Amino acid sequence: MRIPMTEYLIIDLDTERWVCRICSQDLGDARGNYKEATLVYDRDPREIHQPIIDPERYEYTFSPDPGYCRILEYYCPGCATQIETEYLPPGHPPTVDMVWDIDALRAQWQARGTDPMTVVTYGPGEDVQRHTAHTHG
Amino acid sequence: MTAVHEPAAAELNPQEQDWVDQFMDETTLFLGPDPEIMRNHSICSRTELEEECIAEGIDPLEIDRIRKRLAGALDEGYEMCEAMGAAPGAKWGDLTTAIYTASGDVTYLSCHGVIAFSAILHHPIRYIMKYWRDEPTVGIHAGDGFIHNDARFGNVHNTDQSMIMPVIRDDKIIAWVAATIHEGENGACEPGGMPSGSETPFDDGLRMSPFKIVERGRLRRDLLTFLQHSVRDPKLQLADLKVKIGAVQRIMQRIDKIVDEVGVETFVAALRITVEDVEAEVRRRIRELPDGTVRFNQFMDSTLKENILIKLACSITVEGEKMTIDLRGTGPEILNRAINSPLCSVKSMMMQAILAFWWPDLPRCTSAMSPIEIISDEHTWADAGYDAPMGQSLQASFRGFSALQSSWAKLQFANPEKFSNVIAPWFNQINTFLWGGVTQHGDQVGNLCADLNGMPGGAKPFLDGEDAVSPLFCAMADTAEQEVMEEEVPFMQLVSKRLVRDNMGFGKHTGGMGYEMIVASEGTPLWGFMTVTSGAKFSSIYGMFGGYGCGTYPLARVKGVNVFDIVRKDPSRFDLSIEKVMNDRPFEGGTYLTDHMGLQFDVAKDGELYMIAQGAGGGYGDPLQRDPQAVVRDIELDRISPKVAREIFAVAYDPQTFVLDVEGTEALRAKARQERLRRGKPYAQFVEEFATPEPPKDLLYYGSWGDDTDELTATVFDIDGPKRVTAPLDQLPIVMIPDRRDLKVAALEARIRELEDKHGEVVHRKS
Repeated sequence: MRIPMTEYLIIDLDTERWVCRICSQDLGDARGNYKEATLVYDRDPREIHQPIIDPERYEYTFSPDPGYCRILEYYCPGCATQIETEYLPPGHPPTVDMVWDIDALRAQWQARGTDPMTVVTYGPGEDVQRHTAHTHG
Repeated sequence: MTAVHEPAAAELNPQEQDWVDQFMDETTLFLGPDPEIMRNHSICSRTELEEECIAEGIDPLEIDRIRKRLAGALDEGYEMCEAMGAAPGAKWGDLTTAIYTASGDVTYLSCHGVIAFSAILHHPIRYIMKYWRDEPTVGIHAGDGFIHNDARFGNVHNTDQSMIMPVIRDDKIIAWVAATIHEGENGACEPGGMPSGSETPFDDGLRMSPFKIVERGRLRRDLLTFLQHSVRDPKLQLADLKVKIGAVQRIMQRIDKIVDEVGVETFVAALRITVEDVEAEVRRRIRELPDGTVRFNQFMDSTLKENILIKLACSITVEGEKMTIDLRGTGPEILNRAINSPLCSVKSMMMQAILAFWWPDLPRCTSAMSPIEIISDEHTWADAGYDAPMGQSLQASFRGFSALQSSWAKLQFANPEKFSNVIAPWFNQINTFLWGGVTQHGDQVGNLCADLNGMPGGAKPFLDGEDAVSPLFCAMADTAEQEVMEEEVPFMQLVSKRLVRDNMGFGKHTGGMGYEMIVASEGTPLWGFMTVTSGAKFSSIYGMFGGYGCGTYPLARVKGVNVFDIVRKDPSRFDLSIEKVMNDRPFEGGTYLTDHMGLQFDVAKDGELYMIAQGAGGGYGDPLQRDPQAVVRDIELDRISPKVAREIFAVAYDPQTFVLDVEGTEALRAKARQERLRRGKPYAQFVEEFATPEPPKDLLYYGSWGDDTDELTATVFDIDGPKRVTAPLDQLPIVMIPDRRDLKVAALEARIRELEDKHGEVVHRKS
């Protein structure tokens, strides 16, 4: 049984592995931190949030200060999809943002008796119905 | 009070304990906030009366009918406040009306308005019941009304004033009704009621513990006069007291009719059953979530006086029907800065996330958060003590909102039963101008622009976020007509609501955009502006599942030149944007400045420009997956720059015709993915190179460094200057930050001495 856990991550309960939703790349033990299987890049935030006013003349420019803020980009090593980003002070250890109880997850879905890949949607409303058909998974 | 480590008290026998209690009762100097009330966000147990009423039998349909009629009455009261309220906040919907059980649990809130109040006003009601009901000099009678604003007794923040009245039948309190309005001005050290400059609690303005200001239907003139003399806007203080009293009395008329029709027992049962049903439903909904832990750290970059980094840590653990929110690791309170918040205010904004973004279909009850355990250490900036200034407590409490709103996408993603769409982070800062001074009509005023209500929304998995749509705390709030305001205040928005290009969270779906505002005052003997926002060096919200967050936001000013004079002479020069003004510097003789967005009251001379921008919503998903046609459309509409289209979205197009180059885009995106694989490092290697044992040396950092520690890191200042300390919270020294002007003077003096030494100049100074 495969469960969509985020936009780009699945947990395969049979193998207890994290799996990329785009390319099926194995991303490690589902009981652990998926980030450990990713490629990470320390992005200068000024490259993403580019200055709107002249950085040569002004201290505050609409761009984050790289001495305060870095953006960690987490890529799938299989398809290079950017699975997650994380804004951190320089040198702050990355956050373990999700850890799931796999045994409880299995029991929960066995009790539901439905296929997660078909019943999990983005939520209520016509917009979801209209758009979900076009999404992967 | 500041934490004091006391030796454990010797155990007392019952007789001794009685003596101590009696002594304390007879000699209490004053009553402060009651920790027993303030630390508790759970609903009360059933009262005897509630047990009796429920025992008589429940008809769910009748309860539902009562609930709907209450909702109608509360909406009527809400609309009265909105239509008649004098406060700008009231006119734009920053208020609420609510009904409470006799114990003070919120049963229902008006459909519009600020949901956060559903997690907060049980505190003052419980205080009134505990301390004033049996107090011979106070008491609670039909027609009485209690006023309150001090957040330490339970409030979102001190700008909000409540009118709380009991519903009494047969000499028994059977319910409470209240109206709360963001009044703004409250006599704080700066106009507008939420001063970024407060350095002690005494700078925060009026600090009204709950007290009776309406006695048996009559507003007490002596107390009203005292309040009017304590604030800058005595007309506002009077007008909105009357508005709130009127609205609450109207709601009580409606309640009287309901009670007359259904009887006290059914009415009391309906209130209580609603609260209990919501609690049971919340437990059921938590049970449907996957068990596990989601963690979300936020870093704020400002005390609103100087740049620092202070952490708000949050982990949310679900285990069966139990949910625990753990804020440990959050930075310490800073005892001479305005950013601290009492825990109750942070919880109120957590409730805002729960009832607006998690389960918006639930009745807005205290019980929506009742089953959730919250772990927090007192004397952090999100759980500040009695002695901490809290003028700009929204800095911590809004991050309490973001902690829950942002984590929800991960918590609920795998749940097939959703009550709201998966969504990226909402913008969470108060990017607006506060203002104060003397108006063109000669009135002294202090308040704020409604632009804080133009917060952009986060992207959804299938839809871009909405531009400048609504504040996180009030879905129905209005950004108001500036022209209407201009009849009352002596400044103009020369640029109002003009979107700032590239100001969005990039992603597969982009976050909503924010607009810029340029203001200038004229024709007043005294006027000034303030801003109360962080996020000029570190983005205040982040993206979701590969999307990016918002950028950062400067305060830009042009001082020393009257732009009105210039454009009157030559109207063609009235072509303003922050980008044009700051980069082209079109007004000769002006001084062009940028600062972070913590601006204490700054006197504005005629025609000087003050410029800020609203933020942006978080992006959702990998930007390389964005529909290329949508990117080209954004370029054509000037929502993004060609550089962003190329570098962030990797889209090729014809700049003359805006026709997408399909093959060129595929090639650019393939190349971008290859570059990711080339530059990305395996996680273990990356952490080895990136993570450091402590923050960068010169950074003023507050909070845990990493998540696997019980210690906080803080820079404290002692006789030798700044010193970094790492210790558990209860062993940290008190954190106070020196005056930035003293530091600047010291640095300049050192530089002068350095230059004197360098050039051999001997200067004799006396100290």
